[in-house]
Amino acid sequence: MSCPVRNRSFIPPVALGDYPVGTAFPAGHLVDTNAAWRSMRPVIDATACSNCLICWLLCPDGVIQRHDREALQIDYDYCKGCGICARECRQKAISMENEGNYGT
Amino acid sequence: MNLSEQRPEHKISIRGLSDREFFYGHKACPGCGGSLALRLALKVLGERSYAVVPAGCMSAVGFIFPQMAFGCNAIISTFPGTASMLSGIAAGARALGIEDFHAVGFAGDGGTADIGLQALSGAIDRHDKIIYICYDNEAYMNTGVQKSGLTPSGARTTTSPAGKRLRGAVTRKKPMFEIVAAHGIDYAATASVGHPLDYLRKLEHARTVEGTSYLHVFAPCPVGWGHETAETIAVAKNAVDCGLWYLAAYEDGKFVLNHNPGEFGSIRDYLFGQNRFRHLQEQDVSDIEAQRDAKWARIRREWSH
Amino acid sequence: MERETKAFLSGNEAVARAVRLARPQVIAAYPITPQTTVIERLAEMVEEESLKSEYLHVESEHSALSACIGASAVGARTFTATSSQGLLYMAECLHYASGGRFPIVMMNANRSVALPWNIYGDQRDSLSLLDCGWIQAYAEDAQESLDLVLQAYAIAEHPEVLTPMMINLDGFVITHTYELVNVPGQREIDFFLPPFNTTNKMDFDSPRSLAFTAGPAYNQAFKQLQHLAMVKASKVIGDVEERFGRLVGRNYPGLIESLYCEDAEYIIVTLGSVAGTIRPVIEKLRSGGERVGLVRIRYMRPFPDAEIRRALAGAAAVGVLEKDISFGFEGTVFTNVSSALMRAQVVPPRLLNFVGGLGGKDISAADIELIFKRLKKSEPGETVEFI
Repeated sequence: MSCPVRNRSFIPPVALGDYPVGTAFPAGHLVDTNAAWRSMRPVIDATACSNCLICWLLCPDGVIQRHDREALQIDYDYCKGCGICARECRQKAISMENEGNYGT
Repeated sequence: MNLSEQRPEHKISIRGLSDREFFYGHKACPGCGGSLALRLALKVLGERSYAVVPAGCMSAVGFIFPQMAFGCNAIISTFPGTASMLSGIAAGARALGIEDFHAVGFAGDGGTADIGLQALSGAIDRHDKIIYICYDNEAYMNTGVQKSGLTPSGARTTTSPAGKRLRGAVTRKKPMFEIVAAHGIDYAATASVGHPLDYLRKLEHARTVEGTSYLHVFAPCPVGWGHETAETIAVAKNAVDCGLWYLAAYEDGKFVLNHNPGEFGSIRDYLFGQNRFRHLQEQDVSDIEAQRDAKWARIRREWSH
Repeated sequence: MERETKAFLSGNEAVARAVRLARPQVIAAYPITPQTTVIERLAEMVEEESLKSEYLHVESEHSALSACIGASAVGARTFTATSSQGLLYMAECLHYASGGRFPIVMMNANRSVALPWNIYGDQRDSLSLLDCGWIQAYAEDAQESLDLVLQAYAIAEHPEVLTPMMINLDGFVITHTYELVNVPGQREIDFFLPPFNTTNKMDFDSPRSLAFTAGPAYNQAFKQLQHLAMVKASKVIGDVEERFGRLVGRNYPGLIESLYCEDAEYIIVTLGSVAGTIRPVIEKLRSGGERVGLVRIRYMRPFPDAEIRRALAGAAAVGVLEKDISFGFEGTVFTNVSSALMRAQVVPPRLLNFVGGLGGKDISAADIELIFKRLKKSEPGETVEFI
């Protein structure tokens, strides 16, 4: 797996038999998102972006996804809106916009 | 091996780094320097890593049943036990004939310099093949910003408040890098999330060490230090620029300074850019400058650069 | 040694022989009297290559158990040993190992706990840690010590148990006293103990997160599962002893050993090596027509409540003799025995608590005879009596 993945069909354990043995559980198992943490969200202007990948490198949450020859994408499920990407972008290609504008 | 030379096999290109995310969906605060340090380390070390994370911020945010933010094998250790658990993992894997893996630990400053120091010393003494990474946010952050052995002079924490009697922490950071080097460890280095390429190079080197490695990463904490979440990288860079943190390495009995500022950046700007230092008076700033100058005089005299 | 042999061994040496037969992959231990000779023998065995194991010189007992947890967490079989101060220093890790369901086997040399400082045997160290989730067995002699170590791996690693196990040897009395011991052959033990195999581990084929956090909604279920596994261990212990008996030829009686309890009016309940002092006294009194008996508790966890009730049901007076005291109340073994009897309303007319042997204080045959006299004569409701 290339990244921890959200398990949308996760059913919380109820009976004792539903629980894992020991304190051991599959790695990379996500249940909820961090989207609700945001009050601002980064928006990348693909035309201004030089694809230097500094934002991708410095995101503490790893939510900027790079694709060969395509524009960078942000996983808004897990972006917390910290603003590091916008602050560090040399091209000023990322702006922090009010989360409220996005109706979430 | 001398890190002051640009070694081709450790040349890092951002584009050459893996796309895989091994620390994702975690509950760290926005802008957390520690989580960036951890994320980048696992990118370099890869999927055949056993990550050990003691009680502290990174374990608290990464392993909350049923949400597991680590994509590789990972385990929480007791607070004092990062290095001893790493030793056990390395020994167990060796005994089972498992090859080509990394046993890597991510402990905070408290978990390293205070409660974890004994076990770290033992692991280095045993020459165990482990990589120990200390993410230094200069206080016990997970429990609410209490003073640790790596809290710098003058910093306000919840257990070293700034008042009339004392103005924040009165002790200095324990010199963890030098303490570890004094053991004769195979490889040790300091790093900062504000100098990511240097950190990545050092991670790449640690991968190849046939013995014990220690990386000490300066990792600002917006909540505990009192700065904007977007400023984490800038704050870390400023710390190195003004000489309050340094980028260095130790190997084969030699200290190497990787970055020697020609002129230091403003200590005043660095300190007053964070709430935890805003109470400092002129005398305090002068004292901190003097401490920095004395340290750098010794570093420049004794370490190669 | 492929076949069973006889050797003149101390309790500690017997433990070391058993550990070698069990083939642990990682040993991590820190020296403390009177455990030291176990880890010394193991170091010699590793050096002469009669034992192939990673041997870690850890810098504290906390690190010893922490390292074993790490090794177990990648699927290795492990061993450690300690005593008194060391056992308490690793106390946090005891809970960690049991909660994480790591089947580590540990020998504890029962020794008094400071203050005052004392290196001699009593059982305050392990009995003060009954709640930490480890299976706890108490040996009477070197032979039983050896056999318990071997059985421990089979019990602890059983998939329905997955609980660490502590084998207690009375300090000096068992650890350093020599007796003739039968040492099983490697071939039998390899058959008895197949390699450790579990899914409760980190694995590159199936990456996992281990030793995680569980909040209020989930935590209790994990603890309940741990409790149920320990209860299940009672049955597994019996199965393991039965299999051991068939393969090696030595049989053990389960969670308790009872002597003459079918007709005894006066019974002493105790743990460990002091039973060896009690046996000849019992034979002497019985030859004079007195109906006396002994219950030697072999496992304090899981606690043999049903077996205790059965053994003590017909007694007129029972004395629990133990080498510990829970200050301000009574001995812990007494508390456990009383509770087992009370919950089924099977309480003998007189139930007394005798505390002795603290800090290695001698318990003589004369002391035992005195205890039986007290059982015959005393009034109910007495407080703890120090002998």
